[in-house]
Amino acid sequence: MILTRQRAQELFHEVTKYSTADETEATITSNQYALTRFANNAIHQNVAEDSTYLSIRAVAGQRTARASTNKLDPASIRRLAESALELARLQPRDPDMLPMPGPQMYRALDRLYPETSALTPEDRALTVAAVIGRAESDHLTAAGVCSSGTSVMALFNSRGLKAFHEETISEFSVTMLGETASGWAKKTGPNHLELDPEGLADRAARKALASADPKEMAPGRYTVILEPAAVLDLLGFMVFDFSGLAVAEKRSSLTDRVGQKLFGAAIELRDDVFHPLHLGAPFDGEGVPRQRVQLVEHGVVKNLVYARSTARKLGVEPTGHGFPLPNEYGEAPMNIVMEGGRQSVEEMVRSTERGLLITRLWYIREVDPYRKIVTGMTRDGTFAIENGETRGGVRNLRFNQSLIEMLSNVEMMGPPERAAGEESFEMVVPAMKVRDFNFSSVTKF
Amino acid sequence: MKDFAARALDTAVTSGATYADVRAIDYRQRYFSTKNGQASGVRDLESQGLGVRVIADGAWGFASTDDLSCDGVDRCAARAVAIARASARAKRHDVQLAPEDPVVDHWESACAIDPFTMPVSVCLDLLLKVDAEMRGVKGVTLAEGSMDFRRIDQWFLSSLGSEIRQVRTLTGAGYSATSFGEGEIQKRSFPNSFGGQYQTKGYELIEELNLLANARRIAEEVVALHTADQCPQGVKDVILGGAQLGLQIHESIGHPIELDRVLGDEANYAGMSFLTLEKLNTLKYASGIVNVVADARPEHGPGLGTFRYDDEGVPGQCTPVIHEGLFVGYLSSRESAVTANLPRSSGAMRADGWNRIPIIRMTNVSLLPGAGKLEDLIASTDDGILMETNRSWSIDDRRYNFQFGTEIGWEIKGGKRTRMLKNPSYGGISTEFWNSCDAICGPEEWTLWGTPNCGKGQPAQLMGTGHGAAPARFRNVKVGVAYGAE
Repeated sequence: MILTRQRAQELFHEVTKYSTADETEATITSNQYALTRFANNAIHQNVAEDSTYLSIRAVAGQRTARASTNKLDPASIRRLAESALELARLQPRDPDMLPMPGPQMYRALDRLYPETSALTPEDRALTVAAVIGRAESDHLTAAGVCSSGTSVMALFNSRGLKAFHEETISEFSVTMLGETASGWAKKTGPNHLELDPEGLADRAARKALASADPKEMAPGRYTVILEPAAVLDLLGFMVFDFSGLAVAEKRSSLTDRVGQKLFGAAIELRDDVFHPLHLGAPFDGEGVPRQRVQLVEHGVVKNLVYARSTARKLGVEPTGHGFPLPNEYGEAPMNIVMEGGRQSVEEMVRSTERGLLITRLWYIREVDPYRKIVTGMTRDGTFAIENGETRGGVRNLRFNQSLIEMLSNVEMMGPPERAAGEESFEMVVPAMKVRDFNFSSVTKF
Repeated sequence: MKDFAARALDTAVTSGATYADVRAIDYRQRYFSTKNGQASGVRDLESQGLGVRVIADGAWGFASTDDLSCDGVDRCAARAVAIARASARAKRHDVQLAPEDPVVDHWESACAIDPFTMPVSVCLDLLLKVDAEMRGVKGVTLAEGSMDFRRIDQWFLSSLGSEIRQVRTLTGAGYSATSFGEGEIQKRSFPNSFGGQYQTKGYELIEELNLLANARRIAEEVVALHTADQCPQGVKDVILGGAQLGLQIHESIGHPIELDRVLGDEANYAGMSFLTLEKLNTLKYASGIVNVVADARPEHGPGLGTFRYDDEGVPGQCTPVIHEGLFVGYLSSRESAVTANLPRSSGAMRADGWNRIPIIRMTNVSLLPGAGKLEDLIASTDDGILMETNRSWSIDDRRYNFQFGTEIGWEIKGGKRTRMLKNPSYGGISTEFWNSCDAICGPEEWTLWGTPNCGKGQPAQLMGTGHGAAPARFRNVKVGVAYGAE
């Protein structure tokens, strides 16, 4: 049963009956989620889950700790409150610890679609069956997922703060496999009606067919057209560097670089939970309202994000991006929006004499944390471009590329769209044409 | 928890399941972290729930819940059957499972010191001492440490008649020193990177790890890396330290042998495998000195992949994977064993908690030791690089092309370690790499390393896997590959 606002308040009331901490914060999260998975043109896994967790942070003097459970009977809640307090009392004193925030005002966000919540296993099975039909018509093999769910988050504290957010999420992802090549497409959003699974299946199938019998291209520097999913998965390795604490602790690639023009002048990046294409709550892990923050402006690293305690340490205002306390990381922007341009992917291809069109990237990992070199592979639809046209598939390549350099070499961008990948959370980002993207080796397929 | 599981099983069967199994789990975790002289995160978590997996109308369904009322359990079991019936709308054939006998058993992993009874002050005190030792070295800009204790108490019941209770205790700890300077960020970790070393053990692991004794060395090394020479680019003989070799095994042997990847089940996410079925017993995977097993049995050691029964109730086994270089075995399940015409499941189905289905996972995928000490191996190497402690890892979605980076390296010339090297990296193709292995150190250098967070499956699951490895040498490896564009 999904958590209601009333039930959340009842649970907090129960917590306050038992907690004798100086300050008490309770976070209650509830998820109902179902996923239908398919491979080899059949549904092979089909799952559903239902869970509710209560997490209590207790403060004793300048000491804090957290304890969590999904046992919600009164005896378990009492034990949880006592356990959180006992753990807190055993911590060393933290002189930087702030009192909890008081009541806040939040901007309303309507991200709940009851029709998406109500999807049944039969609904998902019919969607998958149609996609499998599309695969079979082209003698392809389909694999992917169709999922939907509802999540709720409520946060209360003993200073009177009350926050509540609920939203639906749906996802459709499909890989189409041919004998020698594959294609992929994915979309997520709060409203399943906007996913267009058959359109995604068609796109993936066309990529698989068009990249059949891939040729080998030698490693080297190429102009690349990165589709939005590829941009997202790369950018995901940069966003945590915009944490104020990461910069203060000198573990960020932006250490000693805030205020510098680090990227090309066309790069505009912000964090904006209110963007209509984003999901997420309008408050952070302490209940502080999330703010819109301009991270990069005209290529200059303009601002960072700050949790309350980081902001206090650095003498700035908090931005509402903190993780639940206690934590090691401080804060991070979680609702990235990158402004783009007007060129379509087709226009970018037409403008390219020699290069590669890339659908997605895979197994991206950070090689160098300050130069921000990352490595990874292309996957599921990589095409050669010659004289403004795609000329068939190429075998997948490994790249080793500095993201700072990459964002300085952007030549064109498309309109931003909500993108989904596999290495990072969803972002609103454009496709982009980048020169001198470095590929270091090739693989066998 | 057994009663909840039994009720769920009954409801599943009466709702129409032709096969059903239930896992009811009580999970507990305690996690400590410290940073620059402060406790940065102390968290306790407990989680209780059950997952019902069924076959109905010839297809799979799974539902999980933490509502352990009678109604909640019944609804969950009935839901699993309804989901299976929906799956049947898009099936190609009925699910078939390789036969297994029912088992009734109770097993608990060895745990000499229950970590949950250790005073919090003792744990934090040790981490803060390590922290102080590291920050006593000028140039260290960030000192981090952590300890992680987990207990999984699981009941497994199946419609075959199995009733298995297993209790596993896991412990992990590690620390790192980071230094920002000279326009770069360097990091050194001990005993391993990304959280440290993990085993299926109690607090006795912490005492064995010698955490404090190594703290100063780690801090001094991270500062020294700033003035070390960059790892050269080219082709060299490479000796991999045991921890790094453990991850090499994980990525370039452990994942490719997962039969579900081979059969296409992970094509949309984790990928497939180059080890297609005709390669079993025909592919020369590695050189003749390489022997690899996937061994879940407690006698292999207290690895993260150690258990008595997998999450389908199949006994944990030792599966030969590479025998004298030849590829001889997959990790499999009851269903995939039928598809691949294998006589039996290898007992490798594992689930990340009560709310996830079991999928094929590594157990302890280990390179069997050879002979000799690391210093002897170095002495027999004329021109090479010793690389230790993973910093980056990446491999393609069929497990051919890989690239790794480590935190530190040492050049070897004329059988001796010479200069320290920074930013080491190497890359290759999995089978070519393993066929270039010409020396493996002996049992005295062998450690059963733990990788606590292997990701796979949709929805995503994490799993702990074990990898026994002693340092080994590989000839003619491309090095410096990650910095080729610089």
